[in-house]
Amino acid sequence: MILAAAPTAATATAARAATTVAAEHHGFLSPTGVEIAFLLVGLLTFGAAVVTVTTKQLVHAALWLVVALGGLAVEYLLLTAEFIAWVQVLIYVGSVVVLLLFGLMLTRAPIGRSPDADSGNRWAALTVAVASAGALVWVVVDAFRTTWVELDGAASGSTEVTGASLFQNWVLPFEALSVLLLAALVGAIVLSRKAKADSAAGGMKAAAPRVPGSRDGEQDKEGVR
Amino acid sequence: MHLAYPAVLAALLFCTGLYGVLARRNAILVLMSVELMLNAVNLNLVAFDVWLSRAARDTLHSGQALTLFTIAIAAAEIGIGLAIVLAVYRNRGTSDIDKLRDTAEGHGPDSDAPAAEKAEATA
Amino acid sequence: MTTTTLAVLVPLLPFLGAVAGLLLGRTAPGFVRPLAVLPVLASLVLAVTVAVHQGGGRPIDSHTELTPTGSVPIELGLHIDGFAALVAVLVGVVATCVQIYSTGYLRDDPRYPSYAALVSLFTSAMLLVVYSSDLMVLLVGWEIMGICSYFLVGHYWETPEARAASLKAFLVTKLGDVPFLIGLFALATDAGSFRIPTVLGAVASGGLHHPTLVALLLLAGVAGKSALFPLHTWLPDAMAGPTPVSALIHAATMVAAGIYFVARLLPVFQASTAAMIVLAVMAGVTMVGSGLAALAQDDIKRVLAYSTIGQLGYMAGALAVGDRGAAVFHLLAHGAFKALLFLAAGVIIHATGTNSLAAMSRMKDLRARVPDAFWTMTVALLALAAIPPFSGFFSKEAVLGAAEHVATGHTEQAPGAAGWIVLLTGLVTAVLTAAYATRLWLLAFRGRGAEAPDHGRQPVVMTAVLWVLAIPSLAFGLAFGPLPDWFDGRDLTPVLTTSVLGTGLALVGGIVTYGAWRHTTALAARFPLGAVAAHPDADAGHVEAEAIATHEPAYGDVAGAPDPADPGRLLLGPLHRHAAVGFHLDTVYSVLFVRPVQAGATLVRFLDREVVDTYVRGAGALPRWLGTAVRRAQTGNVQTYVSALLAGTVVLVVAALLVATGA
Repeated sequence: MILAAAPTAATATAARAATTVAAEHHGFLSPTGVEIAFLLVGLLTFGAAVVTVTTKQLVHAALWLVVALGGLAVEYLLLTAEFIAWVQVLIYVGSVVVLLLFGLMLTRAPIGRSPDADSGNRWAALTVAVASAGALVWVVVDAFRTTWVELDGAASGSTEVTGASLFQNWVLPFEALSVLLLAALVGAIVLSRKAKADSAAGGMKAAAPRVPGSRDGEQDKEGVR
Repeated sequence: MHLAYPAVLAALLFCTGLYGVLARRNAILVLMSVELMLNAVNLNLVAFDVWLSRAARDTLHSGQALTLFTIAIAAAEIGIGLAIVLAVYRNRGTSDIDKLRDTAEGHGPDSDAPAAEKAEATA
Repeated sequence: MTTTTLAVLVPLLPFLGAVAGLLLGRTAPGFVRPLAVLPVLASLVLAVTVAVHQGGGRPIDSHTELTPTGSVPIELGLHIDGFAALVAVLVGVVATCVQIYSTGYLRDDPRYPSYAALVSLFTSAMLLVVYSSDLMVLLVGWEIMGICSYFLVGHYWETPEARAASLKAFLVTKLGDVPFLIGLFALATDAGSFRIPTVLGAVASGGLHHPTLVALLLLAGVAGKSALFPLHTWLPDAMAGPTPVSALIHAATMVAAGIYFVARLLPVFQASTAAMIVLAVMAGVTMVGSGLAALAQDDIKRVLAYSTIGQLGYMAGALAVGDRGAAVFHLLAHGAFKALLFLAAGVIIHATGTNSLAAMSRMKDLRARVPDAFWTMTVALLALAAIPPFSGFFSKEAVLGAAEHVATGHTEQAPGAAGWIVLLTGLVTAVLTAAYATRLWLLAFRGRGAEAPDHGRQPVVMTAVLWVLAIPSLAFGLAFGPLPDWFDGRDLTPVLTTSVLGTGLALVGGIVTYGAWRHTTALAARFPLGAVAAHPDADAGHVEAEAIATHEPAYGDVAGAPDPADPGRLLLGPLHRHAAVGFHLDTVYSVLFVRPVQAGATLVRFLDREVVDTYVRGAGALPRWLGTAVRRAQTGNVQTYVSALLAGTVVLVVAALLVATGA
């Protein structure tokens, strides 16, 4: 039980009294209120995630992703990490999903059911996913079934605590991350600019021999979009 | 709260994302699945941070800091990823992953000529 | 310098000359001719000095062991007795003449540097064979000669004849060399040493266990090298090489090596009566057969080639009756006049632009065109026909005298049967030799018809050496007096009976041929025949190469010509057809060896292509199928790849977990 032994060994060294003793009093059959809430929201989140990866309507997938990410934000709140939760809502629900929707629109994803949303690889994918889920759940449960997290007391993820930690201990990675974001910004601009230039040149080149019939087809596609 | 709850939820979300990455045909849906996987990791980070900081073994809040970084990186990743998908779409006329088979055995320059034509026609 | 040092330098100088010539051939063309002539000339001078020092007295014997080689030591050593000293002088004289002659003969040849270097190497190898006291070292020289002959005979490798002839010369001599090598090993095992004096000592004390086997194995190699029946067939074809090479091979080096080898190891052969009889039979068949074949040849050089075979038969006959003095005497005399004959033939071929006797017999006044060649060739032909007082007479009479000596039972050194065989065939051959010598002379110099084409004067280097060689051809016979001091001491003076008999038969042969010629020569005018080289202004080598290449298209055969004016045709009658092709020996070989080998090669080819390759292809098919299957996995779809990757990861993780939990 090597994989599971590593965290349990770490646990055993310093916090045996704090956690394992506490866990003896908290069985899975007598859940606390927080646990029930976490479980329900977790089911919702997982269900939304499953629908996201299985629905045949592409735009619905994005919307179900919103539900899953929002559910996760609630879970963060339940874990007393309120700053993370709001960041999650702002960045993921607010911007990432919007970006993804834009991407869907720009690539002219069909609205409505598209029968070919899944590739021929889905059964292999399902096998791999279920197998890895089984393995992960087995390991995680085996390792942490007695670990108890005390959620009472001061919130450990409040904005004040997080901010202090971030700007006291994590300043250098934070700045490095800003450079990374800058690089990503520049990279995205370069990628899209180059593509635009290429497509413009291609359009000029293709415009000359184009016959009216094909232009009609193009207009049809424009209409679809 | 038992640590097993968030840990199991994170594992399940991760594997759901994994399935999406492997099974989805549209590149943007694949990107969504990647987001799910990242979020599963975030959930793990937060849960363990709460546990360890309550147990007074980690005073740096490294889990939460890393979660913030991951979110930022995910934002960068989604930006770059979408830019790539759009570039591919402009060049190839499609964002279907299983049509991007340049690495296939026996793939010659002739076989993507129709795709290029299609790209020009749709540009 | 001691005599030993001088003797070491004799083979070494031409070798160094050859190396230098090969190295400098391209960079410094001006040095090529001096490098070709001077080392050989110096080596001749040294050989003469060594001979004078040796003086026919006690053999000079010195040896050094380079490195221990186990049970049977191999040593670098010299063993110079009278035979070695005189043969070395002959080699030096002929090689020097050939090198000087070649500077004119191959004047414009672009491959002259390598040619001259190979001739030097050839000479060096022969001198090594002559002087060496160790059989292994002798074998080295022996094999170097083989490879040099291959290159030199194939000098005009643009022509298919030359390529075939060089290959044939190499393969046939190699065919003999394999038993020769085994024989050497057997001899050394019996005698316990490769050193010739030790071997001879062992033979004298009866230490040889299998003398017949050893002698017969060695005879195979000798027959290949010295062109004795049945391995002589390479020699006439070797005429496809340049004329100086023919002179070198026939007079002094290659063919002389075999005779010299037997002469040196004669006690080994004498230990076996069977070997002596076999040698006598080989000599007899060689003599008579070659004499008949020589009468039917149209190529002037092929006539000379068959005459060489015949004279080698005489030498082998002398050895078969146990008189090596006579054999080496004839070797020396023959070396001089045969070199002269070939070099003069080269001049004639250059002057006429053809190598065909039929074409020459239709040319007027050739003797006036090449007076030097005419006079010297006349001398050499008289020597060949053994007319007194030319050198050939004395040496041949020494052979016949020795044979008569044995046949009449005066000595026990050889079986009487061998004596009779050699004596009778020798007398028959005397007739034939005189006949073909006369025929050659008449056809070449007494032609009538159109004027011979004028190709200008021959280079003086080519004509001068003819006169140099004419002197020994004329006068060397008189050496029968002092020569026994150098050899075994046996008297070489002509015996009256055989002298009268031999000379009389030779005269009969000559007169009959003359009569036949008178009878047929009138036909020559009615049957126009002949072709001459297209580039009369080119150097002699070029003219000769063209003549050889055009002989078969012009006359239908590389050896004969359909010439009714040929006295040989009248003399031989129905035999002429067979004699012209060497009595079908090549055909016999083709049936006996070439076709079975080719059939075997076809079989092996079939086995390789059809049987072995089937397995190979079968072995390739399985991986190909596997590859096709694996190729299907290479869909180009990244998701498939990642699925496989992750599936593998999951399997590994589960396996690791199971192992870790001890399940």
